[in-house]
Amino acid sequence: MNGARLEAEVEPRQLLVYFLRDNLNLTGTTVGCDTTSCGACTILVDGKSVKSCTMLAVQADGTEVTTIEGMAKDGELHPLQRAFHDNHALQCGYCTPGMIMAAAGLIQRGGDMSEDDIRLGLEGNLCRCTGYHNIVKAIQQAAGEMKSSATV
Amino acid sequence: MIPAPFDYEVAESAEHAVELLGQHDDAKLLAGGHSLLPLMKLRLASPSVLIDIGRVSDLSYVRDAGDRIAIGALTCYEDAHFDETLKSSCPIVAHAAGEVGDPQVRNRGTIGGSVAHGDPASDIPTIMLALNAEFVVRGPTGERTIAAADFFKGVFEVDLAPQEILTEMRVPKTSSGWSYLKFHHRAQDWATVGVAVVLGDGSNNASVALTSMGERPLRAQGVEEALAAGEDPASAARRAAEGTNPVSDPMGSSEYRRQIAPVLTRRALEEALSR
Amino acid sequence: MAQVVERPERYVGGGVPRKEDPELITGQAKYIDDINVQGMLWMAFVRSPFAHARINGVDAARANDMPGVVAVYSGADLADDWAGGLPCAWPIAGRSFPEPTTEDPRMPNHWPVAKDKACFAGDPVAVVVADSRAHAKDAAELVDVDYEPLDAVVDPERALDEGAPQIHEDLDSNEAYVWSMNNGDVDKVFSEAALVVKERYRHPRLIPNAMEPRGVLVVPAPAQEEYVLYSATQVPHILRTTLAMSLGIPESKLRVIAPDVGGGFGSKLNVYSEEAVGLALARKLNAPVKWIEERSENYLATIHGRGVIQDMEVAATEEGKILGVRVKLLADMGAYLQLVTPGIPILGAFLYHGVYDVQAYSFTCQSVFTNLTPTDAYRGAGRPEATYAIERIVDALARRVGRDPVEIRRMNFIAPFDQPREVASGLQFDSGNYGASLDKALDMVGYDLLRKDQAERRQRGDAKQLGIGLSTYIEMCGLAPSQVLAALKYGAGGWDAATIRCLPTGKVTVVTGTSPHGQGHVTSWSQIAADALGVPIEDVEVLHGDTAISPLGMDTYGSRSLSVGGIALHFAAEKIRDKVKKIAAHELEVSEEDLEWTDGKFQVRGAPDKAKTVADAAFSAWTAHSLPEGMEPGLEATFVFDPPNFTFPSGAHICAVEVDTETGLVDIVKYVAVDDCGNQINPVIVAGQVHGGIAQGIAEALYEEAVFDENGTLTTSHMGYYRVPSAAELPSFDIDSTVTPSSTNPMGVKGIGEAGTIAAPPAVVNAVIDALQPLGVNHIDMPVTPERVFSTIAEAKGGRQ
Repeated sequence: MNGARLEAEVEPRQLLVYFLRDNLNLTGTTVGCDTTSCGACTILVDGKSVKSCTMLAVQADGTEVTTIEGMAKDGELHPLQRAFHDNHALQCGYCTPGMIMAAAGLIQRGGDMSEDDIRLGLEGNLCRCTGYHNIVKAIQQAAGEMKSSATV
Repeated sequence: MIPAPFDYEVAESAEHAVELLGQHDDAKLLAGGHSLLPLMKLRLASPSVLIDIGRVSDLSYVRDAGDRIAIGALTCYEDAHFDETLKSSCPIVAHAAGEVGDPQVRNRGTIGGSVAHGDPASDIPTIMLALNAEFVVRGPTGERTIAAADFFKGVFEVDLAPQEILTEMRVPKTSSGWSYLKFHHRAQDWATVGVAVVLGDGSNNASVALTSMGERPLRAQGVEEALAAGEDPASAARRAAEGTNPVSDPMGSSEYRRQIAPVLTRRALEEALSR
Repeated sequence: MAQVVERPERYVGGGVPRKEDPELITGQAKYIDDINVQGMLWMAFVRSPFAHARINGVDAARANDMPGVVAVYSGADLADDWAGGLPCAWPIAGRSFPEPTTEDPRMPNHWPVAKDKACFAGDPVAVVVADSRAHAKDAAELVDVDYEPLDAVVDPERALDEGAPQIHEDLDSNEAYVWSMNNGDVDKVFSEAALVVKERYRHPRLIPNAMEPRGVLVVPAPAQEEYVLYSATQVPHILRTTLAMSLGIPESKLRVIAPDVGGGFGSKLNVYSEEAVGLALARKLNAPVKWIEERSENYLATIHGRGVIQDMEVAATEEGKILGVRVKLLADMGAYLQLVTPGIPILGAFLYHGVYDVQAYSFTCQSVFTNLTPTDAYRGAGRPEATYAIERIVDALARRVGRDPVEIRRMNFIAPFDQPREVASGLQFDSGNYGASLDKALDMVGYDLLRKDQAERRQRGDAKQLGIGLSTYIEMCGLAPSQVLAALKYGAGGWDAATIRCLPTGKVTVVTGTSPHGQGHVTSWSQIAADALGVPIEDVEVLHGDTAISPLGMDTYGSRSLSVGGIALHFAAEKIRDKVKKIAAHELEVSEEDLEWTDGKFQVRGAPDKAKTVADAAFSAWTAHSLPEGMEPGLEATFVFDPPNFTFPSGAHICAVEVDTETGLVDIVKYVAVDDCGNQINPVIVAGQVHGGIAQGIAEALYEEAVFDENGTLTTSHMGYYRVPSAAELPSFDIDSTVTPSSTNPMGVKGIGEAGTIAAPPAVVNAVIDALQPLGVNHIDMPVTPERVFSTIAEAKGGRQ
């Protein structure tokens, strides 16, 4: 769990997102719908983006889970966090953790990150404030930075 | 947003899952959970037991099996989408796997789960039908194989006995043209209509299958017959709605689906022929 | 490298990065569901599955036996807990305006939990209280309600039919009100005009879809009979006053806090059942009570927007010069009148002539009840409706007289002006230059090239046709002054407040009565205060959203925050500076006339080394060791601003679409917007508002509609079916601005929160119609879904044959 080992007993029906929020007080992961549509609850499980509302907590047993709270390292914002701030890619902020985690999944997956690729890659994340314009810009910026720092 | 209570069992293997299914009435298998959990969250499904087969790691694979490719039932969409074997030897599966849901859904949802769920609005069953895929099913008395054409029975209805579990899909290697056109309003929507085309050696023995055009994935028999009879794709495609009985739902009315199926079929045939 | 922070000459006008972001990008924000307290109970609501049903009984026996259940209440059980029903604060009235009339609209009782009858699918009929979210939900499924389903009114056009079901038995009709206004000799203009164009437009019902659903947490302090109510609301102040009245709780005993709020768009500008019930049950049970809305529940229980049918007419000369505008609306109120439901159509009532110079003007709105979720404010509220009608019909007129849409607009624009100017509806527009923004937008979009491309495609008979749509819009922000609101029967004032507190250490606290939920007020208000007081922006702290911290306020809606609350801040800063000047003069032993405000401080003319900053004065005012005779210690000022008029943002949006004529799919290939919101405090924030507004406008035009079946059941019942567009459906936007400072306020600001949502729908729909011209299509309704385009083309073809 965000780099630390965690053991817990959960009720079978508890969704992963509620385990994070209610049991671990990791409230950065938000809930925006009940139909696996909005992506607000997106986190990384073993490096892949998943909607934590559509996974039972018990299914996460033995996996590596990363939430928005685990993105900044040693007081340094993750490039995606910085890029969202730099590009005014958030307004109310409710979808933002999910957007950042979905973007992290896309970048981790590799492949092209053109505007179209990013837009299609965000098909499962809804934002009602920004019109996505600046979100797409922010992800392009961060993807570029992460690519160039990875090649150094 | 909170499922009704249930008991949870972990299956260690396919055999174990079959055994557990025998021990519980009203049990459901949980693979990626992306068909089942959404229903449970809205309490449209409330099974008393979930048998988690998601940990059976040896059911997630894509293997070259000579003239066929074997896909483990627990292979998730995203793995199939990026799989090199599929991309080179049966690209329509890799392509269609990338058309399902969104990246997060594709990271969890499984090819086998989609097939076993039997939703006529799903993309993968249509692809399987177009490819004349074969499914491997394990039950208390052992394994059997069944053709895709015989497997899909109706809405959420497939040829799986209560104690059976789907373990593998076998698809042919394809070397000729193909296309899967998914028509939807939003990227994350279900298909209003989907058209899969897999050409044989030339356009006159193409197989054409349709998503969301009836109670199960359908072969567009009229189109296939017309092509076999030597009609050109544009005129053959006009028969795409023959024998279909699509529902009216928020993705489109029955009438509209029947109206655009021929257009999409023509375009899919053209795309397949150009590949 | 150490960062040296230097105060720029001016923060206002710069794209200062948002102060709000750090907590939001790290997951440290506190939204309503992130707040939990010891001993908290959870509510779950039992809602009517029927649009219209008599409630013959509620049996909670099975629910009460469930684990963790504390109590179950029906509407009848709670009947004595209310001092009044849920409030409607805008009982728009009268059959004419501006002549005053005493006639009231029909106002149904609206109890927080329905007692005898459920009037829409989603109407709460019982509430379960339990020790956890899951237990409350489990038990709510087992409350047995004996419903007797009744025929429902689903279509507003059928609401007044003979024999239509009567929705509210305490009323004598399903008509809520009729409201009309006239300016000029409308009938004469229409009867004598060379031509009249008449069209009928429909605005779909829309679901606002703030990404954060609603929620409420009430924490009682039983011994003091005090309550703290946290709500995901846009309107903590209004909520406090109205809930105190509905519950009979002294307002002084109720503190309302809006924590971080995940978007509103009007849907959280209300006083809802769940807030009232939460407060009532916290009082009844002496325990903290919480409720968090689920999305599918939100689709039923949170207000919808739009739902208007318009019969729009223009009278014009043969050349296309518009002479008169006449419009009749039929507005769907839904089942009850929520906080400002009746007033929403009236927010557009004065704008149906748009930016065009006309002689005669007539507006009538008939509003009716239906057995559907109540409607109320949704981003734009009334103004998207007006803009859509005039911008659609101007294009229809252009087609009728054979002119280009650009030309018809130019020949009808009100000429540029910078001082208040009366227009046909009787309003005083503050300033405007409508041609300037259109010219800029045309240039940006490459209008001539697009027309060339279009002509080529038409020539070739391509399956994919190109269309270009224009929208030169006007809107009005900052509902004010309060006296005008009185004439409109709006139940509150149009003022807002700001307090500046200069702390002895030189830091500054700004308290605003507005209540942001994503708009970046903390940053913008800091920019304004830092400039006005000569302090670094880091030294300004902006507080809001808590009635104990900010007791004076009218909250955030209708793009009012800056043009009302921001101006209050401007004037509060003037008061501070006045006092600083007095202290500086006293301490520097010069007269006030010898001081000038330069570089963020008062300095003696000709002696720049002799100066006092606001921080200097704050410390002096705190020690109070040597203040001018009679001066109160402390450096703090409050200003309450009641604007003399509205502000009127405007602009030009141009959309180019590609329409697949074989499937009906519409693809936006280019979207250009030039908005004029007057002076801009933070252009980056302004751009963000424009982007989001356009996205919601496109969503209305192409994607979204709350659809009900004939029984009044919502069929687009969740996010899988109700199509909020994602990044994959939307383009990037090419935006710019023109600046015509408002004459209403000293900062020359207008407002930008709703502009995109107001401007976009006609731009998009006009583009689709333009694309389909060769096929004989002259009309299509929103949302322009592929299926609707397909069937419209088919009908047009059929009509031609």
